[in-house]
Amino acid sequence: MTITSHEKLLEVDGVTVRFGGLVALHDVGLSIRPGTVVGVIGPNGAGKTTLFNVVCGFLRPDEGELRWKGRPLRKHRPDQLAGLGIARTLQGLGLFGGLTVLENVMTGAGRLARTGALASLLGTGRAARDERELRARSEDVLAELDIAHVADLLPGALPYGVRKRVALARALVAEPELLLLDEPASGLSTAEMDELATRITSLSEKTAVVLVEHHMDLVMRVCDEVVVLDFGEVIATGPPDVVRVDPAVADAYLGTAPEEQPSA
Amino acid sequence: MTTFVNLTLGGLSSGAVYAALGLSLVIIYRATRVVNFAQPALALISSYLAYSVTKGTGSYWLGFVAAIVAGTLLGVVVERLIIRPLRHAGELSAIIATLGLLLLLQAVAGMIWSNEPHAFAYAFDFRGRFSPSDLFAVLAVVVAATGVLLLFKFTPLGLRLRATAFNPEVAKLVGVRVGAMLTVGWGLAAGVGSLAGLLATPPFIFPTVLDEVFVYALTAAVLGGLDNPLGTIVGGLVLGIGLSYVSGLLGAELVPLAALAILVAVLAVRPSGLFGRATARRV
Repeated sequence: MTITSHEKLLEVDGVTVRFGGLVALHDVGLSIRPGTVVGVIGPNGAGKTTLFNVVCGFLRPDEGELRWKGRPLRKHRPDQLAGLGIARTLQGLGLFGGLTVLENVMTGAGRLARTGALASLLGTGRAARDERELRARSEDVLAELDIAHVADLLPGALPYGVRKRVALARALVAEPELLLLDEPASGLSTAEMDELATRITSLSEKTAVVLVEHHMDLVMRVCDEVVVLDFGEVIATGPPDVVRVDPAVADAYLGTAPEEQPSA
Repeated sequence: MTTFVNLTLGGLSSGAVYAALGLSLVIIYRATRVVNFAQPALALISSYLAYSVTKGTGSYWLGFVAAIVAGTLLGVVVERLIIRPLRHAGELSAIIATLGLLLLLQAVAGMIWSNEPHAFAYAFDFRGRFSPSDLFAVLAVVVAATGVLLLFKFTPLGLRLRATAFNPEVAKLVGVRVGAMLTVGWGLAAGVGSLAGLLATPPFIFPTVLDEVFVYALTAAVLGGLDNPLGTIVGGLVLGIGLSYVSGLLGAELVPLAALAILVAVLAVRPSGLFGRATARRV
């Protein structure tokens, strides 16, 4: 494990989280290699979001450890995540309602701006250069996602699918090494989901992706590896084809019809 | 007609001061939902420092600069020592803490500099209608307010400050150091507040000298929508001119009453302010 650990971006090792008497995660382990897409699936309440929050530093595990490029992540704070090279999107989008689309995306590029608060206050040339670079880079990402035309609008005025792309643009603009996507397909039309699948696949050339998702179709289509959670425990790990036929998974989650969740 | 012009010009310079002090309240309110009742006391302390520095060195401008710098630092210290420890205790606790700080700092000022009024110099000649001092007040506020608005709108720091104000949780996720942004916000606000204090204090300084101005500044901020910096600046100028008319045409003793009447009317009719957007409250 230790010999190969430097080849892994993120390792989650034996993580347990308890909320009072409830065990939300129990001895969960997974590892993410560069350039791979890993799906985390499981019925509602299986602990997917809890796992996400642990990785992001919102929750501290009661037991276990996270490692980023082989180095332990202890007491990391959510605002340090971006600096490490990890970006995430949120289930609830979490766009800033009072900022334009472009400004929303620019907030995501913060780690690339190195001007301190004082220099900004004094209006140094460096701050102005940073501003221009942030703006240009953000415009590029918007163009890549085909939403350059809404750059100056407020997110509230946009259709849901477009807002999701804005949220994705904000995560991508910092050029993360690991991208955490929390239910990126929820609320999308079939056509938009196809597009998303293509996009995730092409993203994996630049960044590793962790996908927490309900839509089995999407997960099976784009993931290199799938981790199945149930009642806070990992019940299966492996390539989609293997996980799909795993009896424990079928029992817990898939059933005979993949879209239905048996009484969980 | 001359009276009208005089009243308008006179109102403009006091309105600029209300606008600046109101702006300092808005910067903090929109980031934290806390009305900083200690703002006049922070400005008071920095004005007293200006008084002491000017007295010691003989230079008004040395005192002026010292006051702005000290005021900014005071804002930073207050955020770190008083507001930050209360961040999980709710907004009301922080508001009450600022009220306590107001009383404390006014008492401390009285202990250090005595409660007796001391003469406090104007920046320039203050005689005549729209004197050089009035002009300086308007220009200083225009420069400071423009600087703040440009900072918010066009710099990466301003973007992070605004992101923090709109949604601190998400701001953290995109890598903004929210705590640091709040500290910067308090420093910035207190710096602007100190400027307002320096302009509002003359001709005499005493511990409660800024209380009345604070009421007008709060009225200006409510008029502008409390989370709208530009609205507050317009609100301050409108209020200054309006109160100047009240003073000149109806009698100076009616000014505080008129300000309170405006405050109550705005809160009753348009609680989000004349320029405020009706937005969902952060809970």
